[in-house]
Amino acid sequence: MLQWLHKLASPKIFYNLASRLIPWFGWSTLLLLVYGLYGGLIEAPADYQQGDSFRIMYIHVPAAWMSMFIYLVIAFHSAVFLIWKITISDILARVSALIGASFTFIALVTGCLWGKPMWGTYWIWDARLTSELLLLFIYLGYMGLGSAIEDRRVAARACALLAIVCVVIIPIIHYSVIWWNTLHQGSSVSVMNKSAIDTSMLIPLLVMAIAFKLFYVLVVLMRARTELLFQERKTNWVRKLIQEK
Amino acid sequence: MHPVRKQRLILISSLVIGVAIAVGFMLMALGENLNAFYSPTQVQAGEAPGDHTFRVGGMVADESVVHDEKNLDVTFQVTDRLNTTTVKYTGILPDLFREGQGILAEGKLDEKGVFIASRVLAKHDENYMPPEVSEALKAAQDIKKYKQNQ
Repeated sequence: MLQWLHKLASPKIFYNLASRLIPWFGWSTLLLLVYGLYGGLIEAPADYQQGDSFRIMYIHVPAAWMSMFIYLVIAFHSAVFLIWKITISDILARVSALIGASFTFIALVTGCLWGKPMWGTYWIWDARLTSELLLLFIYLGYMGLGSAIEDRRVAARACALLAIVCVVIIPIIHYSVIWWNTLHQGSSVSVMNKSAIDTSMLIPLLVMAIAFKLFYVLVVLMRARTELLFQERKTNWVRKLIQEK
Repeated sequence: MHPVRKQRLILISSLVIGVAIAVGFMLMALGENLNAFYSPTQVQAGEAPGDHTFRVGGMVADESVVHDEKNLDVTFQVTDRLNTTTVKYTGILPDLFREGQGILAEGKLDEKGVFIASRVLAKHDENYMPPEVSEALKAAQDIKKYKQNQ
């Protein structure tokens, strides 16, 4: 297993594997996205209280999950990079940041749009909303720091350290609705207990969540491939690859 | 594991733990201030800042909503099942506002202990279900109530 992981960390092998995986992830993302959107926007019944407005959750909830999941991926790869000095990990962390920031932004905007008709306000400074906004700023700070430092090796270490320090925001976001009184509701979907959401509405939500995850992997692979080629532009295997094309 | 890597692993782990503890203490110190609202019990106990604007949250008590016939004035009770706070509000209420609904009211206490709200927000809970399911649940509750009354 370790040896296999070590092999995967070689830029050339990673590049080839990514190239082969991209079409698979592309098609499965598209399929699940179409199915999830149809199920969520058309097939699922309207909510007893919110009517059709609840359907925004099919974007909002998966996006919010992704915003936290991607941050954990970045923190994990940052730690791997700092400990084992694996270049691929640095690249995976770096290319994930923009995707994570985008999902955070989507979660915030869809939440605001839902909040106005349901709560009666676009925004409230409660613990959940504030901590999620903080996560967006952390993403932006991480990206800003990365591009502010010329030397890539210095930048990679600084960014990795920042990502690891800021990982405490993730449990705060997750537990904010439990630790404090918030206007934001508690989570409807639970692994351990019965979900507080009807099955007919839950299935499209889970499909959308998987679709978003696959989409993330797809975009990460595409961006990592480009980044890898650029960073390895002076090596033999990249030269050969260019000549072949 | 290589000793240098092991050292780095320990360094990073202790960094994460250290930051977590520091942030934990910070959040504990901030404590109640991070709450978006006070419950009627806290208001009763005088924990809410009496002379400032604050929010009170809870359920709208059953059969407590009184609309003024001439204008938009409305009075209702907010309850957390232990205590209640009377809220006065002038304006349009959110769509989800009804008896039994969780709400947040923003405003100040007057000298009589009545909460004068400048804004009322509906708090949505985590339950999502189709109308049929909700009606079935309600019917089941009505039957229960009916049996209890007999």
